[in-house]
Amino acid sequence: MNTLLNNLDLFTTGFQNTLILFFFSAIFALILGTIVAAMRVSPVPAMRAAGTFYVNTVRNTPLTLVLFFFALGYPKLGLPEISFMTAAIVGLSLYTATYVAEAIRSGINTVPVGQAEAARAIGLPFSQSLRLIVLPQAFRAVIPPMFSVFIALLKNTTVAAGFSVAEAGAIRANLSERGEPAMAGLLWVALVFVVLVFLLSLLQRYFENKWKVAR
Amino acid sequence: MTTDAQATALVDVDRVNKHFGQLHVLQDINLKVSKGEVVVVIGPSGSGKSTLCRAINRLETIDGGTIKIDGKLLPAEGRDLARLRADVGMVFQSFNLFAHKTILENVTLGPIKVKGMKKDEAEKQAMMLLERVGVASQAGKLPAQLSGGQQQRVAIARALAMKPKVMLFDEPTSALDPEMINEVLDVMVQLAKEGMTMIVVTHEMGFARKAADRVVFMADGQIVEDAQPEEFFTNPKSDRAKDFLSKILTH
Repeated sequence: MNTLLNNLDLFTTGFQNTLILFFFSAIFALILGTIVAAMRVSPVPAMRAAGTFYVNTVRNTPLTLVLFFFALGYPKLGLPEISFMTAAIVGLSLYTATYVAEAIRSGINTVPVGQAEAARAIGLPFSQSLRLIVLPQAFRAVIPPMFSVFIALLKNTTVAAGFSVAEAGAIRANLSERGEPAMAGLLWVALVFVVLVFLLSLLQRYFENKWKVAR
Repeated sequence: MTTDAQATALVDVDRVNKHFGQLHVLQDINLKVSKGEVVVVIGPSGSGKSTLCRAINRLETIDGGTIKIDGKLLPAEGRDLARLRADVGMVFQSFNLFAHKTILENVTLGPIKVKGMKKDEAEKQAMMLLERVGVASQAGKLPAQLSGGQQQRVAIARALAMKPKVMLFDEPTSALDPEMINEVLDVMVQLAKEGMTMIVVTHEMGFARKAADRVVFMADGQIVEDAQPEEFFTNPKSDRAKDFLSKILTH
């Protein structure tokens, strides 16, 4: 308990950064992932190809390498400078979006084809039948896998600690510099993560109940 | 058929061909439907009648030939196709009501999103249509809470809300329990009486006799007969039609 109370400053800034990383990455990954999923079911072959290429390349790259690129490679490209925090959010978003896209695509496949046909039959173009009819039903079907993706994202934020972002994963390193027992620090970090993931699971249950589709 | 009738054909299917792999499902199909005409398409399963119906609003693509709606060639893709589909109402065998939307929203979605109608106006029209098909009291419910017959009547109202020039019915009563078939057929007969142009793929011979102007008999991807209902049922010309009728009319 002393480890926690004596270093509350470290813990609060650490988890604050974790939550910032998580929220921004989750939102961007959700938006980008939805767009990529839509591309992968698009009637335009070039869109499908681009979506597939993005998912296959980024998803097959270890997250550490993606973050490595943004921490070390990106500054050398001569593009506008960004903070490590922003770089980490971009990297995590791009990486997580591939998993979001695949979860949503599997959801799209669960929506009976008749739903899209009926939408087309009343004159809705592809984009609208996807947005108004198919995606809302697909989202409901993929709440559980989607939350698994977000839980993984929450834990993946710790990888950013290796790239100078002072988030929760970095707490342990700082603690040992202050001469605190490493094991106690780690356990506290782990406990807070368990609580955060539990909160996400509650959110998942809420959405599952709210969006139940009767068939 | 006179040239005059051809000129006014609302739906003009001209030498249409389609293959599913090896299977030649539509073979040189010619079909003209004039404004206000009710055409019933019957035939054994696998004869291509559903495919023909779906090809008319391009839910199925075709390999050859042309389909014109009100003189306009069916566009291949994109916005033009969407606009044309808005003029062609479609009722499916499996209803296909939007599962996550209420009955009222199912009927107002098209007019609001496609025609740019105001919400309250669309709702007023939707309630009138739901009243007409007898399910107005269910307006706030989700599709799954309704019986099959009610769902299919909502599907008809949804199609009518777009004020289509022609209505396509793809086996509208085949997924229904027997006691619900008539409530849907009654709505369709009413619609036919009001002068709606209709192409109906069905096994309901009673409907064909009561409401059809013409019966088109299809078998093995071809139109075998095209005749007045009374003439077709009492005096079919082809052996294929005689065989089909003997099988369905004996019991």
